[in-house]
Amino acid sequence: MYKIISRRELAPSVKFIEVEARDIAAKVQPGQFVILRLAEPGERIPLTVADFNRSTGTISIIFQEIGKTTRELGLLKAGDSITNVVGPLGQPTHINKVGTVVCVGGGVGTASMYPIARALKEAGNKVITIIGARSKDYIIWEKEIGAISDTLIVTTDDGSAGEKGLVIKPLEEMIRKKEKIDQVIAIGPVIMMKAVSHLTKSCSIKTIVSLNPIMLDGTGMCGVCRVEVNNETKFACFHGPDFDGHLVNFDLLMHRLKTYPEEEKISLEKCEHCRK
Amino acid sequence: MTQINPKQTPMSKQEPQVRAKNFNEVGLGYTKEEAIAEAKRCLKCKKALCVSGCPVNIDIPVFIAAIMEGDFDKALQVIKAKNSLPGVCGRVCPQEDQCEKKCILGVKNEPVSIGRLERAAADFGKDNAPVSVKGDKEKVAVVGAGPAGLTIAGDLARIGYQVTVFEALHKPGGVLVYGIPEFRLPKAIVDQEVESIKKLGVELRVDQLIGRTFIIDDLKKEGYKAVFIASGAGFPKFMNIPGENLNGVYSANEFLTRVNLMKAYLFPGYDTPIKKARKVAVIGGGNVAMDSARTALRLGAEKVFNVYRRSRKEMPARVEEVENAIEEGIQMEFLVNPIRILDDGQGWVKGLECLRMELGACDESGRCRPVPIKGSEFILDVEQVIIAIGTAANPLISATTPDLKINKWGYIEAEEATGQTSKVGVFAGGDIVTGSATVISAMGAARKSAEAIAEYLEKSKNEKQ
Ligand SMILES: Cc1cc2nc3c(=O)[nH]c(=O)nc-3n(C[C@H](O)[C@H](O)[C@H](O)COP(=O)(O)OP(=O)(O)OC[C@H]3O[C@@H](n4cnc5c(N)ncnc54)[C@H](O)[C@@H]3O)c2cc1C
Ligand SMILES: Cc1cc2nc3c(=O)[nH]c(=O)nc-3n(C[C@H](O)[C@H](O)[C@H](O)COP(=O)(O)OP(=O)(O)OC[C@H]3O[C@@H](n4cnc5c(N)ncnc54)[C@H](O)[C@@H]3O)c2cc1C
Ligand code: SF4
Ligand code: SF4
Ligand code: FES
Repeated sequence: MYKIISRRELAPSVKFIEVEARDIAAKVQPGQFVILRLAEPGERIPLTVADFNRSTGTISIIFQEIGKTTRELGLLKAGDSITNVVGPLGQPTHINKVGTVVCVGGGVGTASMYPIARALKEAGNKVITIIGARSKDYIIWEKEIGAISDTLIVTTDDGSAGEKGLVIKPLEEMIRKKEKIDQVIAIGPVIMMKAVSHLTKSCSIKTIVSLNPIMLDGTGMCGVCRVEVNNETKFACFHGPDFDGHLVNFDLLMHRLKTYPEEEKISLEKCEHCRK
Repeated sequence: MTQINPKQTPMSKQEPQVRAKNFNEVGLGYTKEEAIAEAKRCLKCKKALCVSGCPVNIDIPVFIAAIMEGDFDKALQVIKAKNSLPGVCGRVCPQEDQCEKKCILGVKNEPVSIGRLERAAADFGKDNAPVSVKGDKEKVAVVGAGPAGLTIAGDLARIGYQVTVFEALHKPGGVLVYGIPEFRLPKAIVDQEVESIKKLGVELRVDQLIGRTFIIDDLKKEGYKAVFIASGAGFPKFMNIPGENLNGVYSANEFLTRVNLMKAYLFPGYDTPIKKARKVAVIGGGNVAMDSARTALRLGAEKVFNVYRRSRKEMPARVEEVENAIEEGIQMEFLVNPIRILDDGQGWVKGLECLRMELGACDESGRCRPVPIKGSEFILDVEQVIIAIGTAANPLISATTPDLKINKWGYIEAEEATGQTSKVGVFAGGDIVTGSATVISAMGAARKSAEAIAEYLEKSKNEKQ
C-alpha cells in the first residue's frame, strides 16, 4: 500500500498527489515513471514522477483526469492509499551539459518536464522553458518551473495569459531569430511533440521527446508500448520513454493510442462515482 | 494376480461446445473413486523408473500407494516434500514426456496417469503443515515469483533461511498467473499454493522491479547474503513482418496478460480492456499459441486459425492441448508461414498474408525444416493477429549487473548442477537460464540451487569464523 501524503488541485481536472514510496524515491531519476493500480479490479496506468524527495521518501505525480482510472485517482484524499505502485520505470533522461536547452511543456507535460529542466539547469545548461495551456486556468507548475529556468515563456491558446498561441510559436521565433539552441526537449500531447520535432528537424536541432503509448506491465514483458523509431520497433517502457523526436513515427503512436475508445467510454459510463 | 486395466482411467472434461464459451477449467479432475481406481494400476515398482522422469524426483509409488488407501492427505504430504506446487504441476506438467514416459506400464499399455493423481492429491488432500515463523539463518533474496522463485523460496525457508521474493508484477505466480489461462489452471489454485509458501515464512514483495527499484548489488548491500535470479524469459519476440504494429496485433504475452492477470474477460467488471474480434489468427505452435487461440475463442471469436509453419508432428505444444484446441474448433493451418499483416486503410488489421510451406531436409532429431512453396501466397481473412512465436530474455537485469555473464542469446550463464553464476553469491535458474521451458524444469533447477545456496552460505559462514 502506498499512502497519499498530500493532494491538491492544480487546474480544472489536473491534480497533484504526493505519495509515500520510499524505494522509488530513493532511485528515481528525471524522465522516469511509475505504473500504478488503485485496487483489485483496476487497470495499471503509467504516470511520470513529477518530483521526488529522497529524504522524506515521497514522489509526486501530476495527472489529468481523462478516463476512469485517472478520475478515480483524483477522488482519493490525503491519507488514502494506492494498492500498487511500481517503479522507477524507463530509462532516465540523458542529462549533460550541452549549452542552451529549450524545454517545451504542453499541458500536464509541463509537470513531467520539471525534474528534467531542473537537472539540466543543475548540470550547467542555460534552460529556456516554454509552457503552454488552453487558457490561464490551465497553466500548471509555472512558479516551480520558472524558478529553475533562465527564461520562462508562457503561452495560452486564447491569450488569457502570456503569449497567445501554441507553444511552438515562441520556439519558431527563436529559430527565426537564429538564437543559439543546442537541444530541445518536448513533452506533452503527441501532436505538439510531432510539431516541435518537425520544426527542429528542418534546422537540425537535436530534439528529445517523451512518448506516452498505452502500457501494461512497464517491464518489457508485453510489447503493447511498441513505437517506431528510425523504422525500428522499440518498447517505450524499456528503451524509452525518451526518443529522438526526428526519428519517431508520431502518427503510429497517435493511432495506437486510439485502440480502445469504445471500451474507455463504457468504463466511464459504468463508473458512477467518477462521473462529474 | 488381478488383471491390470491396460487403459488409464479417463478424466471427465467439459464438453467442447460448452467449454469453448466459458473460462472454467476444462479438465474436471478425478473423483476420489476414480483416483483410487487409477492408483490401483500402479505396480509400486521397487526401482520406480517414473521417479527418474520427474525433474524434482517425487516419490511417486509412495504417494500413489497413499491414494490407493484413500489417504489423500498423506499423498499430498509425500508430494509436497519434493514439490511445493502439486496442484499446478498435476495440471500443466508435460507428464507424457516426463514421469509417465518412464512408467513401466507404458511399455505395453498406457502408463499410470501420474499427473492426474498428483492433481487429485492436491484437490482432495489437506495441507497440514504448520505455519512456520521466519527462520533466523541468513537473508536470501529471490528475484521473480514464478515457479522457480516460489520453489526455491519455499525450500530455503523450510531449512531456516530468511527469504524475500522480489516480484515485478502486482501478483506472484509468474507465467502461472499472467500466461497460462484460467481454463487450464484456475488462479485460485495458484493463489492457494502461493499462500502455502507464504505460510513457510517467506516474505513476498510485489511491485519490485529488480534492475530498477533495486539492482542486484543493492540487494547484497541490503544484507542479502545470496541472490537467486528467477526472472523467466518474458521478452516477447515479433516476426519483423510488415504490419506488426497495426492496431489489432497482440503479442501472446500482452493478450494473455490482459485476459489472465488483468481479467479483461470480465470487462467492464474489471477495468482492463481487450478487443474481442470475430476472426483471429494465432501464429505459433507451442502451448502459448494454443492458450492464445483457445482464449480468443472464449472471448467470442467465430473463427480462430492457428498458423504454424511446420506440421502437427513438430508442434512443441502438449498433445492433450492440441487435441483440446481442435475439439473446440480451432482451425489448424499447418505448413503455413505468415509474411505480412494487411492494413484495412485505417490502421487496423484486415488480413494475414501467408505462404504455404513443405518440409525439407531434416536434422538428426527428425525435426524438418519448412521451406516455402513458390507462388503459394494466400490471405487469411482475420481482424486480429496474436503472435506466439516465443520469448527472449529480458535484458534489464544483465544490463544493470555488468559482472553477470550471459550467453549469446542473453540468458544467464549458470552451472547446471548448482545454478552458480559468474558472480559470487548470485545463482540463477528457470527460464532465464534455459530459455522458455517448463514449469517443472524451472522448479527442478530451483531445487538444485536451494541445496547449492545452503551449502554456499554454510561455507562462507565457516570461513568467517
Ligand atoms: C510513460 C508515460 C507517462 C505518463 N505520464 C503521465 C503524467 O505524468 N500525467 C498524466 O496525466 N498522464 C500521463 N500519462 C498518460 C496516462 O497514463 C493516461 O492518461 C492514463 O493511462 C489514462 O487512463 P484512464 O483510465 O484515466 O483513461 P482511459 O479512458 O482508459 O484512457 C484515456 C486515454 O489514455 C490513453 N491510455 C489509456 N490506457 C493507457 C495505459 N494503460 N497506458 C498509457 N496510456 C493509456 C489512451 O490514449 C486513452 O485514449 C503517461 C503515459 C505514459 C506512457
Ligand atoms: C502461455 C504459456 C503457457 C505455458 N504452458 C505450460 C505448460 O502447460 N506446461 C509447462 O510445464 N510449462 C508451460 N509454460 C512454460 C512455463 O510457464 C515456464 O517455463 C515457467 O513458468 C518458467 O518459470 P520461471 O520461474 O523460470 O519464470 P516465470 O514463470 O516467467 O516467472 C518469472 C517471474 O519473474 C518476474 N520478473 C521478471 N523480471 C523481473 C525483475 N527484473 N525483477 C523482479 N521480478 C521479475 C516476472 O514478473 C515473473 O513473475 C507456458 C508458458 C506460457 C507463457
Ligand atoms: S511434478 Fe510433473 S513430472 Fe513430476 S511427477 Fe508430477 S506430473 Fe510428473
Ligand atoms: S513406474 Fe509406473 S507402475 Fe512403476 S511405480 Fe512408477 S507409476 Fe507405478
Ligand atoms: S508496457 Fe509491456 S512491454 Fe512496455
